Amino acid sequence: MIKAYIDVTLKKSILDPQGTAVKKGLEKLGLYAEDVRIGKHIEVVLREDKIEAAREKIDEMCRRLLVNFEVETYSVRFEVIE
Amino acid sequence: MKAGVIVFPGSNCDIDAYKVLERLNVEVKYIWHDEKIDDEDLILLPGGFSYGDYLRCGAIARFARALENINEHIEKGKLVLGICNGFQILTELKALPGALLRNKNLNFICSDCNLIVENNATPFTNLFNKGDVVNFPIAHGEGNYYIDDDGLKELIKNNQIVFRYQNNPNGSVYDIAGIVNKKGNVLGMMPHPERAQDKLLGCEDGLKLFNSIIAYFKEA
Repeated sequence: MIKAYIDVTLKKSILDPQGTAVKKGLEKLGLYAEDVRIGKHIEVVLREDKIEAAREKIDEMCRRLLVNFEVETYSVRFEVIE
Repeated sequence: MKAGVIVFPGSNCDIDAYKVLERLNVEVKYIWHDEKIDDEDLILLPGGFSYGDYLRCGAIARFARALENINEHIEKGKLVLGICNGFQILTELKALPGALLRNKNLNFICSDCNLIVENNATPFTNLFNKGDVVNFPIAHGEGNYYIDDDGLKELIKNNQIVFRYQNNPNGSVYDIAGIVNKKGNVLGMMPHPERAQDKLLGCEDGLKLFNSIIAYFKEA
């Protein structure tokens, strides 16, 4: 089986007020960050052996439901599991 | 004129919407999310938190049985009014362009809100004058309307912007509070006209929107 780790983030052109608020919170703790952006993490397990086939399925899932391309984008990492 | 108010698990403005139509003598019924829409002239998608707003606001509602035939309903030229969560659902359905993001100040905002009527040539606003200022309350955490520059140009060119905020509360692009599709028969808006239906509730500006819909069907 293959496990996909999907990160859904706001597009660079979209302001992320949540990230800005957290950045300011970190600064109050004395921890300076250049930038903070917040997104979503989704894990999907597929009954597949080949990563290529898994990628195709995940891309379709992202396209059709998991990601709103008006404002979001995504990246995926795959892992073969038992 | 027949109207249906769709009730999703998590809808919470369905009763207000039903009541305003009922008191204006419209034949109205509730449509449970698991039922099909029939031959209603107006389908109203109410505010609330359909399916817990899981994944994204409105993202799961588009799979409801009640919305299976919504595209045909729209193609036939019948009306759809999406208020608040209903607007979010309509953007997820791609019945309206753009998306609704977290409010710029991150707060859930619940307050009165002045809007400017930008377009009174729609079935939803024909009793207003262009430039009228009306007060419909807002109550949302994700009402920050986003559309890219090209999309905004399209909206302006096609006169699709119906309501704009007088004082932008949530960071929406171009102060947009409500838009219609190109055809003009689908309106999505974050403010709540159904919560402005009686002076006892503070304001009755919203009645005019529902009376516009009734007037539209009387003329038709």
